[in-house]
Amino acid sequence: MSELFTAPFERLLADHCPPAVVRQIEGGGTPAALWCTVTESGFLDALVPEAQGGAGLALAEAFPLFVAEGRHALPLPLAHTMLVRAVLAHGGHTPPAGIIAIAAQARLRADGGISCPGTPGGLVADWVAVDRPGGGWWLLPAAQARREGSGIHGSLRADLHWPALPASAVASAAHSAWRDAGAALTAAQLAGALERVLTMTVDFANQREQFGRSIGKFQAIQHQLALLAEHVAASRIAAEIGCSGAGPWPVPLRAALAKARTSEAAALAAATAHAVHGAIGVTAEFDLQLYTRRLHEWRADFGAETHWNRVLGRALLADTGPTLDFMRHALIPPNQDLFR
Amino acid sequence: MIEALSLHPLPAEADALRGEVRAFLDGALAGMPPDLRARSWLGFDAGFSRALGARGWIGLQLPQAYGGGGRDAYARFVLVEELLNRGAPVSAHWIAERQSAPMIVRYGTEAQKRFYVPGVCRGELYFCIGMSEPQSGSDLASIRTRATPTPGGWRLKGQKIWTTNAQHSQYMIALVRTSGSTEDRQRGLSQLIIDMKLPGITVRPIEDLTGDRHFSEVFFDDVELPHDALVGEEGSGWAQVTAELAYERSGPERLYSSIVLFDAWLTHLRTTGADDDTTLALAGRIVGHTATLRSMSLAVTAQVNAGASPVVEACLVKDLGTELEQFMPLAIADAIAGATQRDAPAELLRTLAYVTQFAPTFSLRGGTREVLRGIIARGLGLR
Repeated sequence: MSELFTAPFERLLADHCPPAVVRQIEGGGTPAALWCTVTESGFLDALVPEAQGGAGLALAEAFPLFVAEGRHALPLPLAHTMLVRAVLAHGGHTPPAGIIAIAAQARLRADGGISCPGTPGGLVADWVAVDRPGGGWWLLPAAQARREGSGIHGSLRADLHWPALPASAVASAAHSAWRDAGAALTAAQLAGALERVLTMTVDFANQREQFGRSIGKFQAIQHQLALLAEHVAASRIAAEIGCSGAGPWPVPLRAALAKARTSEAAALAAATAHAVHGAIGVTAEFDLQLYTRRLHEWRADFGAETHWNRVLGRALLADTGPTLDFMRHALIPPNQDLFR
Repeated sequence: MIEALSLHPLPAEADALRGEVRAFLDGALAGMPPDLRARSWLGFDAGFSRALGARGWIGLQLPQAYGGGGRDAYARFVLVEELLNRGAPVSAHWIAERQSAPMIVRYGTEAQKRFYVPGVCRGELYFCIGMSEPQSGSDLASIRTRATPTPGGWRLKGQKIWTTNAQHSQYMIALVRTSGSTEDRQRGLSQLIIDMKLPGITVRPIEDLTGDRHFSEVFFDDVELPHDALVGEEGSGWAQVTAELAYERSGPERLYSSIVLFDAWLTHLRTTGADDDTTLALAGRIVGHTATLRSMSLAVTAQVNAGASPVVEACLVKDLGTELEQFMPLAIADAIAGATQRDAPAELLRTLAYVTQFAPTFSLRGGTREVLRGIIARGLGLR
């Protein structure tokens, strides 16, 4: 089922999101053309129920699409938009047009304003979905926010500030777990970026020659890349756990596992990839930096490994049985949550 | 490149076995302290193995015609997962069930299958594996123990070492040279089944750093073996052993070696109400990594069950799994010794000390970390 969607989606990204386009949008260029292509492709409503005009995919079925985004360093919060649209549709709301980012948190300021600090994709978003302090969620119009870029080179992260709750905001008292959802989606993107970094680094090690042979022939390099491959494989399956489930919302503890495991791998992968690439790896011209900058940014977005490990640890200690039962009941998805 | 491992369902029929196994273990392991349970696949208890065999839980995946259960790889996954998580003393039958009997079923003659496999499945026949020699560890192809053809079969001369349970086992399957010389490397090696009661065999147990005696050195001084000691083809020993290592490197046994310690530590934390950030993050990291590895291990099991031989994938899981198994005692030791407000019970400290002392072997048995990374590098297209 999901392969029917994944192959055309991969082609779409390969054709319309090459590294040149990534660089252009990161450099402040408009994402309008790329967004228009994505919108016309129909993937935006992949998770929206069929009755409401979508493809009705479960989160687990859409997982390969999120991974593909990471593999192509897509500079738009597409996975986030897809998930927010699905949650809106499930709740009987009509999803608005435009790019929707997910913020890790909203803060109520003393002056009555609202702030969403460090929102991934905040510079290009039209809307922001966020957990409302005290319960429920908001969908806030980013166009009406004062946007403060992070000042980090190439980053699309932004602090968003509203002087008051805007009239066009959508508020809901329904179940809300946008931070968990953002963590699960980012873990899937990390899994894709990690796969790409491994491929690039292995290719480079096979091509680059020093001391009369390719550096990949040296055992010291081989063992670093083997370890990287182990963490990439673990990240992929951990991210899949994070996006397992029949409904649109991820299961919070599974999202915690996914984000913790992939974030830990991201730090190791970025270091290993640069170590093997030498100085060329840190040049703007070489594509590796598009991925390693993301590995670090995505590692931090929605919380890095220590934050999510604490969440897992707290749940584990609150449990009373053996670890195996906690894993089987709380972390590893039951068969009905897997789509093959 | 390496094919990605993805989540795989555990069939309900296999999972159904869990309850029965638990009920049995509740009785069989009652009162057994965690420092003994932590020995698990080095805990030798012939009575336990016979009781397990009587329930049909040894050789679950072996053919029914030879006394096995005729079940699939998933059923064995569940059984092994339960045994290891509880720290059941499975050592007596472990090697025979996991490696020797599958090897005989795959390469042996009909007579060999009928002679050996039913006893293994009853939990009565134990095997050890003669691979390492004093001068041959990771470089296994350099072995020197030699079997010379005689009119009656073979005459065996040489020495094996680090042979787990040699002093308790009725039989050994040994990799020996049957033709050529050491320079021929992988060519000319064969596998022989050796009756450990034969004259000319001397077994000397070696005490390890924990005070246990689980491995031995074994001397063969012109031991006369019959023709039918040969298992499989003469000269095909290397290929057969490589296949055996693929069995040994897959499966859930590569991530649970420290789980009894982890559970004992969690019990202590719950009793004392620990909730500091460092402890929570450590416990969370261990359980997140273990659940991820368990999913990877199940994915490898699914490939084995489908008839594939996922050699590289098994190496990924084993290397990551043993790294986690070795991380756990070190991190838990730091957490316990760093928590001045919570006195750890003596039983937990004994469990910790045993696992800490023995953990270096986790990444030696079944292929060292360096050997595994070499295999993975080949899978990546670097070699």
